[in-house]
Amino acid sequence: MNDFITQTWTWWFSGLVISAIMFFLIYFGQSFGFSSNLRTICAASGVGKKIKFFDFNWKSQMWNIMFLLGAIIGGFIAKQFLSSDLPVQISKSTIQDLAKLNISAPTTLQPAELFSWDAVFSIKGFLILAFGGFLVGFGSRYAGGCTSGHAISGLSDLQWPSLIAVIGFFIGGLVMTHFIFPLIF
Amino acid sequence: MMKLLKFLLLGIVFGIVMTKSDAVSWFRIQEMFRFQSFHMYGIIGTAVVTGVIGVALIKRFKLRDFHGNPIVFYPKEKSFIRYMLGGIIFGLGWALSGSCPGPIVVNIGYGFFAMIIVFLFAIFGTFIYGVIKNKLPH
Repeated sequence: MNDFITQTWTWWFSGLVISAIMFFLIYFGQSFGFSSNLRTICAASGVGKKIKFFDFNWKSQMWNIMFLLGAIIGGFIAKQFLSSDLPVQISKSTIQDLAKLNISAPTTLQPAELFSWDAVFSIKGFLILAFGGFLVGFGSRYAGGCTSGHAISGLSDLQWPSLIAVIGFFIGGLVMTHFIFPLIF
Repeated sequence: MMKLLKFLLLGIVFGIVMTKSDAVSWFRIQEMFRFQSFHMYGIIGTAVVTGVIGVALIKRFKLRDFHGNPIVFYPKEKSFIRYMLGGIIFGLGWALSGSCPGPIVVNIGYGFFAMIIVFLFAIFGTFIYGVIKNKLPH
């Protein structure tokens, strides 16, 4: 039983739970879209006085900020109480491809080459994290949503804009992985 | 406060399941963009297939939410360029940081504090979008 919890949870169970979360949010009168929180945080900092895009009643979005806080707590609980601390079981071919980019095989959930303190305090490592975050924050708002808002919520409602956005997500991800990674790693 | 508590609980479930299914791992995102495993496609695919069925049922039976209001799905505004360009920019960042906005904060809870930098710059990216929004094609 314990192994059952600490091992990696299977894809269909994860997919079902994510879908259930979306329907609970809909049932509670809201919708599943995580990146809106980034806009809410900007608005809550008071920049709405100068920039119209952030001038809205951000307090109406407190439910989503609570969801964000819950997600942080969930990550903490998973690590502290439900984790086996085994390396992520990715495929051999991915390990080989990443080795060519000088990224070593998983020893935990994330690569030390990107997320260790050594990486954070190197110029290149810092820039990778900063650029990655910037592109995610800028792109999700430009596209009007992220993986949750478009790939899950939007596609579930068969919306064309979401399909276009998801195709864009993959074009960007493939270009980064196959053309830009060999240049920066 | 009690009204908001249910959203906190849903967030906790989200954080746990995303971590436990490796969906917050940079390695898994790489595996996905290299088409070397079904895992991430299985997660997203299952969520979307059950999502499509559920949304169709809500519309078919005109279900109401727990406030008693009809559940409505608002169509997103028609456009191509903003979804494609914004999507590509997002995708570049998704592959580079190995995280989309949800997993970024789940990782912070897990203890990968380097993700705080990703999170702060994601907020900054959203801020810059708000500043130059009117100059971008939509």
